[in-house]
Amino acid sequence: MGIAFPVPDQAIVARRDDIIAGLARLLPADGLVTSDDERRAFETDALTAYRKMPLAVALPTTTEQVAAIMAYCHTNGVKVVARGAGTSLAGGAIGQEDAIILGLSKMSKVLDVNFADRTMQVQAGITNLAISDHVMPERFFYAPDPSSQLACTIGGNIGMNSGGAHCLKYGVTTNNILGVRMVLVDGTIVEIGGEAMDAAGYDFLALIVGSEGQLGIVTEATVRILRLAEGARPVLFGFATSEEAGACVAAIIGAGIIPVAMEFMDKLAIEICEAYAKAGYPLDVEALLIIEVEGSDAEMDATLARIVEIAKQHGVATVRESKSAMETAAIWKGRKSAFGATGRIADYICMDGTIPTGQLPLVLRRMDEITKHYGLRVANVFHAGDGNLHPLILYNVNDPEEARKAEEAGNDILKLCVEVGGCLTGEHGVGIEKRDLMRFQFNEADLGQQMRVRSVFDRKWLLNPAKVFPLDGRIAG
Amino acid sequence: MTALTPTCDEDIIEAIRLARSERSSIAVEGQGTKRLMGRPMQAKRVLSMQAMTGITLYEPAELVLSAKSGTPVAEVEATLAARGQMLPFEPMDYRPLLGSSGEPTMGGLTATNLSGPRRIMAGACRDSLIGTRFVNGQGEVIKSGGRVMKNVTGLDLARTMAGSWGTLGVLTEVTYKLLPRPETTLSVVFHGLNDQQAVALMAAAIGSPFEVSGAAHLPVGIDRIAMTLLRLEGFAESLAYRAERLRVLLAPFGRCDIIDQTASTSLWAQIRDVRWFAEPRNEAVWRISVPPSKAPALLVQIAAGRRIRHLLDWGGGLVWIATASSELAGSEVIRQAVRHAKGHALLVRASEGARGTDGTFEPLAPAVLKLSTGLKKSFDPDHVLNPGRMYSGV
Repeated sequence: MGIAFPVPDQAIVARRDDIIAGLARLLPADGLVTSDDERRAFETDALTAYRKMPLAVALPTTTEQVAAIMAYCHTNGVKVVARGAGTSLAGGAIGQEDAIILGLSKMSKVLDVNFADRTMQVQAGITNLAISDHVMPERFFYAPDPSSQLACTIGGNIGMNSGGAHCLKYGVTTNNILGVRMVLVDGTIVEIGGEAMDAAGYDFLALIVGSEGQLGIVTEATVRILRLAEGARPVLFGFATSEEAGACVAAIIGAGIIPVAMEFMDKLAIEICEAYAKAGYPLDVEALLIIEVEGSDAEMDATLARIVEIAKQHGVATVRESKSAMETAAIWKGRKSAFGATGRIADYICMDGTIPTGQLPLVLRRMDEITKHYGLRVANVFHAGDGNLHPLILYNVNDPEEARKAEEAGNDILKLCVEVGGCLTGEHGVGIEKRDLMRFQFNEADLGQQMRVRSVFDRKWLLNPAKVFPLDGRIAG
Repeated sequence: MTALTPTCDEDIIEAIRLARSERSSIAVEGQGTKRLMGRPMQAKRVLSMQAMTGITLYEPAELVLSAKSGTPVAEVEATLAARGQMLPFEPMDYRPLLGSSGEPTMGGLTATNLSGPRRIMAGACRDSLIGTRFVNGQGEVIKSGGRVMKNVTGLDLARTMAGSWGTLGVLTEVTYKLLPRPETTLSVVFHGLNDQQAVALMAAAIGSPFEVSGAAHLPVGIDRIAMTLLRLEGFAESLAYRAERLRVLLAPFGRCDIIDQTASTSLWAQIRDVRWFAEPRNEAVWRISVPPSKAPALLVQIAAGRRIRHLLDWGGGLVWIATASSELAGSEVIRQAVRHAKGHALLVRASEGARGTDGTFEPLAPAVLKLSTGLKKSFDPDHVLNPGRMYSGV
């Protein structure tokens, strides 16, 4: 496989026993993982083709412990890779031999809920879904909903600026975080933002959200919670061609309607998801849109009537409304299990580029050509309203030649996304996966500015250093 | 001060090169409508972006627009209105408050992160900002973000430019995501509530499923009888339904009336621009951001034994205060109350002397100030661009 890791610092590796002893003094007895067997659980994330055994795994339970660990690692030149649940598809949480993994999974408490101000303070290791579950009895929720929301943590969401199916209306992580408590590389604890709707001074939250664990260790977050709509109803629209589906999406937005979600699936994705979730997806169409609207029954009826009218103008072949909560759940289960369901039939790599939605027909055609060129198959599921693609390139992980082809096909697709005016990653992050493609999107001046900002926080590049920026030409503080 | 009016990136780069070589500084502005805000600066040259104008990309079906930074906001808003769209965050116009003239520009709007009443529903200016191009203090042209809504490629420098007051780079182009303009609008109004009741009402309304896109309280002193306003936007049939549901939900707060589209639109423009504080000009004006539930106690603390006027937007999360300028000495009381409420205050209108000595922005914690000076240095190592506009040393 083609992605390189930096050569481990042998001086650090040689001091392993010493470092473990130093860390052990700062953590509860069960807070440090050092045995081979137990460390193996932390050697990769959801980019399983790559594995690196970390030096040790620290599992702190308080911000103060995190601060002590950071101060120790800073003094001793030990690198630190932050980890939530390890669901990164971009390899963002994969460690290295000369680095410790700093896992936040034991910090998973809700600290405060304030319904009047619509804010909630949580520890970084809480899962995305647990936040919403906690306030669901009061009919509130936390909006960004990545497919992995059952497992992924808010700390990881902040690291990657995660999105989800509903960000067309509610935005991504950066739009839903009001403040963080963060430990800087030297162990200093800082409060950024807070419970107010904007913050004083520079917008450090903008930098921290999506910084992939390179600016500090977020231990707590203040998130925005929202009141649930009275009701939500997804409708399935089947089309004979992807072009018609794409044109329908553009026409809906053009008509002034912002559905809460517009999800696209191509034929292969429909087949895979239907076989798994039995959601009643139509199998005789080339493209499927799941469009969800919100509001009262009357409001949903009115909005859906407008959408159906537009879909008819674009040659929709089948229209199926959810008639019950169970049907709604099944429809979303199919979509949200797309990655898992695909994993049952083949190994895959999941790309995450974003394109201007007007380029959709061209990009779908070119992606098909690219994967055929490599003799591979691709299943497409994506957020149609915002142009965030998720082509799943199917391959056999035990066939090194096919694995290489899959990676190359993925790279070609991402370059295509940039060429048509989009970007390498819409919600998964750069990690190691897209690190070496950064120069396709940014020139040296762009990258240099980003690296200088990174160095303001971490002069010695101790934090998650193998990620985001190409290994050559790095600028330290 | 010498005025520079660049027409291309190279002109900006040359101005920065010159300033660096002679160790002087540059005041960056659009048409200068917000020149009277922020800390006063002694810059050798003013660089006005007013000649770099024009909408460079507008794709209505993709809800995205790019414009050169000198483009008047009014031009963008008119272009969008013609296609039934809008900037989501309802940027305020500071001219009435500051008594300034000229046209606010897209660059100025971005640099000051201007967000109006719709902030509570559609997010702040920075939330809609998806791409920027700028020239940093080393004379390098930098792009960050782009024209697509979801983009997590690298550090989000684009959004960092929002609210940086021209201290990190000279913005040359900005890209925003858009929203459809609502078909119609109305407001539900309650009368005679005090601050505490009003904030509770607004919290209940924003915390309801009925999509309130504006929640403001105009206390006695703005009008003879206090008004608490909830704005609804959208399709006509949905508005009638939501207004009725709000009436029922909020009945414990008293009877309510409906304000129709025309009156509502004009009232919200006044709230957005805080028109009631335009005069008298010798009053100092503060913009305070707090968790909404903390606003009533904050006001009690600030008003103790003092004559102030105030109004609340963002459900109480945005507090506007006007004080007689002679009482500016009381700014420490305001700062203290704001700290206590875990908010922050911006001294919007005051004499140059007061803005210089008092500092107009919320003081930062030492660790955050250290990061701020580091950030400034990483963009503008020689402190060429708007030095000290926000904070001394930044």
